[in-house]
Parts: sequence; structure tokens; C-alpha cells
Amino acid sequence: MNKQRDPLFHIVKRAALPWYKAWGIRAAAIVLALILCALITTLITGEDPIQVYVTIFEGGFGTARRAWILFHNLAMLLIVALAVTPAFRMRFWNIGGEGQVLIGCLASAACMITLGDKLPNGVLLAVMALASILAGAVWAGIPAIFKARWNTNETLFTLMMNYVATQLAAFFIIIWEVPKGSGTIGIINQSTMAGWLPQVGPSKYFLNILIVAVLTVLMYLYLNYTKHGYEIAVVGESERTARYVGIKVGRVIIRTLLLSGAICGLAGFLLVSGSDHTLTTSLAGGRGFTAVMVSWLAKFNPLFMIFTSFLLVFLARGAAEISTSFGLNQSFSDILTGVILFFIIGCEFFINYKLSFRSAKKEG
Amino acid sequence: MFDFVAFIPRAIVQGIPLLLGSTGETLTEKSGNLNLGIPGVMYVGAISGVVGAFLYEQAVPTGDLNNFLAVLIPLLCSLLGSALMGLLYSFLTVTLRANQNVTGLTITTFGVGLGNFFGGSLIKLSGASVPSLVLTRTSLAFTKTLPFSGSLGWFGKIFLSYGFMAYLAIAIALAVSYVLNRTRVGLQLRAVGENPNTADAAGIDVNRYKYVATCVGSMIAGLGGLYFIMDYAAGIWANDTFGDRGWLAIALVIFTVWRPNIGVLASFLFGGLYILYLFIPTGTNMAVKELYKMIPYVVTLIVLVLSSMRNKRENQPPAALGLAYFREER
Amino acid sequence: MDNKTAAVTMRNITKTFGPVVANDKVWLDIYRGEILALLGENGSGKTTLMNMLSGIYFPDEGEITVDGKKVVIRSPKDAFDLGIGMIHQHFKLVDVLTAAENIVLGLKEPGRLDLKAAAKRIREICDAYGFEVDPNQKIYDMSVSQKQTVEIVKVLYRGADILILDEPTAVLTPQETDKLFAVLRNMRNDGKAIVIITHKMNEVEELSDRVAILRHGQFIGDMPTKKTNAQEMTNMMVGHAVTLNINRPEPKDPKPRIEVKNLTVRSIDGILKLEDVSFTACSGEILGVAGISGCGQKELLEAIAGLQPVESGSIEYIEDDGSREPLLGKDPLSIAQMGVSLSFVPEDRLGMGLVANMDLADNMMLRSYRRGRSLFTDRKSPKALAEDVVQRLEVNTPGISTPVRRLSGGNVQKVLVGREISSAPTVLLTAYAVRGLDINSSYTIYDLINKQKEAGVAVIFVGEDLDVLLELSDRILVLCGGRVSGIVPGRGAKKREVGMMMTRLGGGKEDE
Repeated sequence: MNKQRDPLFHIVKRAALPWYKAWGIRAAAIVLALILCALITTLITGEDPIQVYVTIFEGGFGTARRAWILFHNLAMLLIVALAVTPAFRMRFWNIGGEGQVLIGCLASAACMITLGDKLPNGVLLAVMALASILAGAVWAGIPAIFKARWNTNETLFTLMMNYVATQLAAFFIIIWEVPKGSGTIGIINQSTMAGWLPQVGPSKYFLNILIVAVLTVLMYLYLNYTKHGYEIAVVGESERTARYVGIKVGRVIIRTLLLSGAICGLAGFLLVSGSDHTLTTSLAGGRGFTAVMVSWLAKFNPLFMIFTSFLLVFLARGAAEISTSFGLNQSFSDILTGVILFFIIGCEFFINYKLSFRSAKKEG
Repeated sequence: MFDFVAFIPRAIVQGIPLLLGSTGETLTEKSGNLNLGIPGVMYVGAISGVVGAFLYEQAVPTGDLNNFLAVLIPLLCSLLGSALMGLLYSFLTVTLRANQNVTGLTITTFGVGLGNFFGGSLIKLSGASVPSLVLTRTSLAFTKTLPFSGSLGWFGKIFLSYGFMAYLAIAIALAVSYVLNRTRVGLQLRAVGENPNTADAAGIDVNRYKYVATCVGSMIAGLGGLYFIMDYAAGIWANDTFGDRGWLAIALVIFTVWRPNIGVLASFLFGGLYILYLFIPTGTNMAVKELYKMIPYVVTLIVLVLSSMRNKRENQPPAALGLAYFREER
Repeated sequence: MDNKTAAVTMRNITKTFGPVVANDKVWLDIYRGEILALLGENGSGKTTLMNMLSGIYFPDEGEITVDGKKVVIRSPKDAFDLGIGMIHQHFKLVDVLTAAENIVLGLKEPGRLDLKAAAKRIREICDAYGFEVDPNQKIYDMSVSQKQTVEIVKVLYRGADILILDEPTAVLTPQETDKLFAVLRNMRNDGKAIVIITHKMNEVEELSDRVAILRHGQFIGDMPTKKTNAQEMTNMMVGHAVTLNINRPEPKDPKPRIEVKNLTVRSIDGILKLEDVSFTACSGEILGVAGISGCGQKELLEAIAGLQPVESGSIEYIEDDGSREPLLGKDPLSIAQMGVSLSFVPEDRLGMGLVANMDLADNMMLRSYRRGRSLFTDRKSPKALAEDVVQRLEVNTPGISTPVRRLSGGNVQKVLVGREISSAPTVLLTAYAVRGLDINSSYTIYDLINKQKEAGVAVIFVGEDLDVLLELSDRILVLCGGRVSGIVPGRGAKKREVGMMMTRLGGGKEDE
């Protein structure tokens, strides 16, 4: 055993990097990813890369309608991300946003269908919102109770709850299907518009966007400046420390998850009452999972999350536009999104670590 | 009377993809990597095999395929495709020490997208009028059963009516179980997943174990996707046809408390629960069937809760599951 | 030993962690047939240096030779191949595996994994040295000293001939220590090279042939143990002569403050941790708690602080006016709400007392954030408190917005103690308050504790260094296996006597 060769480099943990350098690295990663995406697209379609970027941009902002849809998608993704963030700060890996949103949708739709002609619209909307919030809170509260009491793995519990919610929604869709045998509900209360959020401002999406904007600020304040927010941070960092200062960990877990679920439920309400006016099992649209990404990429900071959810929604819309205009399959956008995420995920390494090259010069 | 002779074989063919998926994921998790990308990996395993089979069928336009090549080509393509996905996951989480949850979810998005993109493109290439790609000739090679199995009545139906991959899946599960519990490599792999620091201090190459376990685990899981298309679905690819079985495979890992040998029976049970709604007479009430489809998820939840309540040391996840390892951490 | 060739030489070894220089151009020689004591204060870089020999860390600069050949130790595996085995202070064992599985872990033996053969060899080693290990016992079922035995057997099993032991006696009873030392001497006589990292002077004198001293990451010197003495070694360790006298003011007007009666505590696994413990802690007095590590000190403090479920007994808080409040069955929050100001400096500072990733100001809030009716936290007073603590206790930190995990052990402890005494407590519980601290920081902490005592606080001080306990405490409660072995006055207590009480209930006559 006589190795003469020194390793070329080894990995060293960095002390904190100034924020502008960290974000510079992330920006560079995104740029690299975009270049790679354009290359892939060019390779497959033969279009020139500039045209690819133009198409992506057009997909997002091509028309006023597209821009509104983009901002609405952004708001809907952001609200789910806002919902899961308090739990993530607590290291509670809630990947059940999907089910919590869907159960909120189901509650709203149920009220619209069963109470649509019995209550004045204002009261109906209030009942719907309340029912959705409650349903979402219950859906997130159940795994939280088990986590608090028996430390049951929350990632898998919330994942399973998604499927239970999906089947529950499927069950009611068949019960309420219009027309019979179609397996869909169609637009609810199309003639009376009972339970539809009224249009405020320039677009039917405006109200939803506004609500989410307000919620973003509130969530930022909640997490960073309130006692609850502080408790969440302490529990997330160390449960033992939390117990040491008398924080009831189980109670904080349950309380936070009720809040998480409630916001997801609200998102469900906004989807049903504010934009889609129907119920399908895929209404949540994978946002529960994408929200995990949004929240993590933004380092669980609600204000940064505006940017990260914009990035993901913009890319998805742009990639979808590439697919249609170049005659590609819709799933192409998933591939592009995946590539970009891989770059962003990977670049964190260069923020937290550095490669230290061994100096050539050595003393005898 | 409930028709067990019809039910059991269907439960088993439903269970095989789950068994492969969960065996692969168990192996991966034993190294401390929680690969939530398994659903995506299984899609990639399936589509890679489909691409291989498609190219081979194109190369031999008419007549019978060489059975050996018809199996070997898709099999190798599938293994290669899913190994690459495992490699990508390992590179990000082991070498670059990225967050495992986020990486896994991205792998799933990416893998499902990859599967549907190539699947959709192939469908377009084949010029089919329905949105599916039919690879019947390849499937025939995969589903060959023993020649006398049809003549043995219920025994043949329940035990001998499957293509070779079903038996391969069981063999793999038992082999993984043996390796984990009885061999030096298995012992060292478990140590890596439980306590990488200790494993490292004992001279075990932690990163290598994580890479190999994740890639081999992905390859096994990818075979689940291949089996689903080539055997269960009789060689017909349609987008999203594989559904959420990948997530169910992850649930099965917990259900089996990280033991692939238990997984053999558990996966058949899961497969049975998954199709139970087809066997429960509901008359005209179609809605109730949707509720029956909940059963596998609810059962998993119950197992999850019960095992956490019992809190037995041996039934817990690997202690370092989900954590990146850095030797010089202070 | 002059004509021996060095088994290991380390030359100009430098290792940095971010801004901290852990080792600065260190030279060290290790010889076969010799026990080398590597001596230095905590944080002087002893463990870091040895970790580079065992492949855990990789040096930034410098050169290592083994048996005269230049080597590069990239990983623990490289170290094993060179015959270097290290027994770490924090055991490197996998809990869910058995002793035998842990021992063969990482070995590249030919053929199949044969745990039965391994168990046989383990028993042979145990018989040869008088160890007791059940090869089939799971690690999580073992006591600390059993785990250490497994670690030592592991190294012997591998036939290492260069052994490094990092503070091996910290968790052992005196009898176990004697046994260990006997084994180490046998191994030295076999021609093995042995390095023992320690800061206990008596161990150096009793065991080692040669001593090497590090201070602040730098090599100060080495010499044969016979040619030096405790005073000289201490001087080399700390750089200047220190008086070992700790100030001990007379208690003023002590009144009973905490009364513990017949306390019995069981761990979650059902193991008896405390049995029938009774004592009273008085205001204005330091009650030292002595005992071998793991004999119930942690459970005792946590039971008083409301963190440990109790099987039976009572804990009462006695107000100045003599009225009594039971503390039992209350959590830390309800104790605080009763108006009892109880401060607790736990053993695991970053895992329990502080939040490692939060900055100093946010850590100051831990105790006080609930104050006021507002929904929002008050940010100003914690900042002021943080500034105050930094200034008064001379905390070495870039600023109050630095995460505490970036501070060194001594500074972390100052932050924690600073916060705990800022609330003007009436009871102060401290567990191993000076563990990991250099001598100067230790004295700062002793001073702080003495000031609290003079302010009328009832201090319960759990310590591991008997010398310190004997000089600091007004009374010493000695625990042995979870029971009270006796309570002795601190003034005039004999070290030997207290030591005996720690190992045997009530102390009693020596065997010799």
C-alpha cells in the first residue's frame, strides 16, 4: 500500500455565500438549462433556437388572454405552494396538497349543486368557501394527528390521502353526472351562475389573482413575524429544543397542518367557484406536487415563491406552446420542465460546497 | 360464490409490476436514498422497452419474430433506460447532495413526460387510428407459458399461467431479500442506509453503494413497467396507461416493512385489492365501484398507522433515509 | 526509544474548516511499542489531527508517512489497509445490527459472509483480553461501555497495529478503565503503536510512555512522560500557568428551594434510570451532582425541568415564604406560567438548548417570545439582549445575526448560559456546563455560576470533572446507578471518597 497520487480535488463545505452570488449561480443554472432546452427542441424540430425562445414567450404573453391565463395559473400554483410552505418549514413533508385541493373543490361543488337554488348567492359563496376550507383542513389534519401522536410517516400518509380524495371525487362525479352515463358533471349552474365568484376588474381571473396576492403577503408576515411562525421554525429545526422551551410540538404540528389544509381548501374553492365552475378528478392538476418544487426552490420564502412559481408556470405554458406550434406531443413540456428543474436542483451544490484543488506546491 | 380461480391470476398479474417496483425501491431505500422518482423510472423502463420492441418489429416487417431477440432487445433497452434514470437521481442526490424529495418528484415528472412523449411520437409514427401502439408480436414472446399449463385445470391457471417475467419478478424479490440479509454486500448496504458515517469509517465506499443500489433498484423497478406493457397490457402502449402504479409500489415498500420476500405475497394482495371492485357485484350502481377503488390506499394507510404505533425497531425505515451524506460534515 | 523508527510521521499537517484553523503545520511521530498520550485542551485539534490519520478528514497540506513510506490516506479504508484503527469518541456503530455484524462490517474477507465463524473469533479475542461481548446482541440493546468494548474488539479483530483511542475513559467506570489500561499495556508490549487522546492528566501519568501536546491547533512539543510533571504539561497545554483555584463564596442565607422526594424514573424502554432519589437544593448554594456518566444525571435535571416523565415521587418548589408548589407532571410552559423562573443549561447545547441554524437574536427569543398579547413577536428586546450577552460574556462572533452553529463550543455555551441567566432565575440547572470548553471559557462559566449563587439562585451543577465539583460545590450529591450514594459537603470532601461513592452505594472500604 503505497499511493503516491494525491486526489485532484476534494469537496469542502462553504461558509455562507453572499446572497447575490447564490442567486447568480441559480440564474446561471437557469440560463444553461434554457440553452440546453433550446438545443433539444432544435434537435427534434429543426427550428432555429431563437424561434424556440420566441415561441416560449408567445405561449406566455402572446395575447392578453394568454397573459391572464398565465397569471391565473401562477396564482393557483402559488396559493398551493403557500399552503404547503408552513408545513415544510416544520420539516413536515406534506405532498398531499393535491388531495387537499381536490377535497376543497369537492366541497365547493357539493354546495353549488345541492344548495344552488336554495340560498342567495352571497350566502352560498360564504358557505362554499367555509365548506372548502373545512374539508381541506380535515384532509391535512388527519395525517397531522397521526404524525403528532405516533410519528407516522407523513410523506406516505399524505400521498395515500391524495388517492382517497381522488376516488371520493370520482364517486360523487358519477352520482352528480350530467347527462347520466357521461361520467362528467359539466359546467355547474351554467344558467343561474349560482356559486360563481363575480367578475371584478378587467378579467374573470382578476379576483382570484388578487386574493392570492393578499394571501402571499399575509403568509410572509405569518411565517416571519408572528409567534406561530417562530414556533414553526423552532419545531422544524429541533423538536427537542421546542420541547425544552415548552412548545407543545404535537399541537404545533396539528395547528400548522390545519392551516396548510385550509389554504389548500381555499384554493379548491377558487378553482371551482372562481374559474372552472366544474369538478373533475384532475382539477388540482398536479399543483400539489409542483408546489413542493416552488416552495423548495424559493427556500420556503413566500415572496421568492412568486418568482419560482412564475418560472414554472411560464415554462409550462411556453413548452406547451412549443409542443403545439411544432407539432410535438404535449408531454414535451414535462421533459423541458424536468431538465430545467434538474439544473436548478443541481446548482444548489455549488452554493453549499466548493471544490478545493490541492495546491501543487508542497513543503518537504 | 366469489370466483377465486379467475380472481387470483388477475390479482397476480396486477401485483407483479408492483412487486418489481417495490423490490427496486426497497433496495434503493436500504442505501438511504428515498427515490420518489420510481413512478417516473417505471415509465421510462416501459417506454425504453417499447422503443426497442418497436424498432425490432420494424426491422422484421412480416412473419414471426425470433422469440429470443424479441425478449432480449426490449429487456436490455428497458434496463438501460431505467439505469440511466437511476444514475441521474444518484448524480443529483449523492454527488451533488440535492434534496431527495424534490429530486425524486422531478424525476417522476420528467420520466412520465419522457414516456408519454416518446409513446405519443411512436403512435404518430406508426400511423395508428387509435391513440395506442400495438406490439402484439413482441408481447407473444413475453407471454409464452409452459406448454402444458393449460391442461392442468385450476392448478395451471393459478400457478402456471404467467409469462416468464412474473417468475423472474418473484426470483428477483427473493434474491434481493437474500442479498440484503445474508451476504456481506447486503450487510454493508444496510449499514450505509442506517448510518453512513459508521459505514464510511468502516472503509465502505458509501457513494458507490448508494449509486449501485439506486441504479440496480431503478433497473428492477423499470422491469415492472416493461412487464406491465408487454405482458399485462398485451403489448399495447397508450399514454398514461401505467397510471399511478409507481406510487402504489412505494406504498408497498412500507406495507412490507422493507422486506422484499414479504413483498411477494403482499404485492399479490395489493394487486387483488386493486381489482377487487371488478369482482364485487354492484349492479347498476357504478358510483360505488369508485369507492371500492379506494381500498388499496386505505389498507396502506392502516398498515402505515399500525406499524408506526407498534414502533418496533426492526420495522422502521433505514435511519438515514432521505439524508445526503457528506463525510466532512461538522 | 531513541533508535526506534517511527511507525507514523506527520509533517506540516494543516487543516481548516472555513475560517477556523483546526491544525496548523503540526508535526507528530508515533512509535511502535509505545503508548503516546495526545494531550490538549478541548478544541486544540487533537481529534481533527487523528481523524486525518484514520481517513475521516483529508489534510489541506502536509505529509504523512507510515513505516517510512509516504502515504495518502483518502478514506478510512486506506487507513485500515495501513493498519491504522481508531476508536472514536462517538461510536461508529450501526444500532440495528448485532455486535458481530458491526465488527465484520467493511472487511474484505474471502468467501461467504460467515457470522458464526466471526462470532467464534470475537469470543476468542474477548477471552484473551477479558472482555465481555455477546456477538449476537443488537447494539441498541447495549450500554455505553458495552458499545465501547465492541469498538475495541472491532479494531483488534482487524489486527490493527496502530491504535488510536479518542477519550476512551470518558464513559467508563474506574474498574472498566483499569481493565482497559491493562489491555492497552499488553498491546504495547506486543509491539503495537497506541495513541490515546485525553485531557485527563492522571491518565497521562498512569498510562503513557510519551506525551505530545497541542495548543490551538499547533504542536507545542513532546517528551517522555517520566521526564515531566502535571504542572509542566498544564503549562504547555494552556500556554501560561493557571491557578487551579476556583472561587467559592460562602452561601448567604440558604433556604430550601427545590425538594425532591423518592423520585423514580424509568426510560421509555423500561430501564430504571433513577430510583428513590431524595434531596433538597437551597437558594444561594451550588449543589454539585457527581456520578459516572449515564447514571441518571440527565434524567434528574430533565425531571425537574418538566421534560422527563416520572414514575413516582414528588418534586416541589418552595417559595421564599415557605409555600410549596408541586412541579411534577408539569411541562416547561406550565412551570413558567406558575411564575417559577427555572433556567436549564442542558448537556446537548445545539440539539436542545439552542437552535443551531438561527442567529443569536432569534435564539435569545426562545424563552421570551411568548411575552405580550400581540400576535407578533417582539424583535427589539431579543436583539438588545443578544448585544448585551455578546458584550458582557465576550462572545467571539461576527455579529448577532450569525447562526449559532458557526460559533465555537465555548461561545455557544456563553450564548446559552447568557440567555438562561438573563431571565433572573431562582433555580439554575446546568449539565456539563464546561464540557468542550477551554480553560479560560470554563472559568468564565464558573464565575457566572458563582454570581448567580451570590444572587440567591439555587444552582444544581452536574459535572464530570471531580476536581471542579470539589472546588465549586457547597454540597455534592453523589449518584450511583440511579440512586443517591450520599450527600457530602463540598468543603473538605476527599476526591477518593467521592470517587468511591460514585462506584459503590455509600462508598465504604476499599478492597486494597
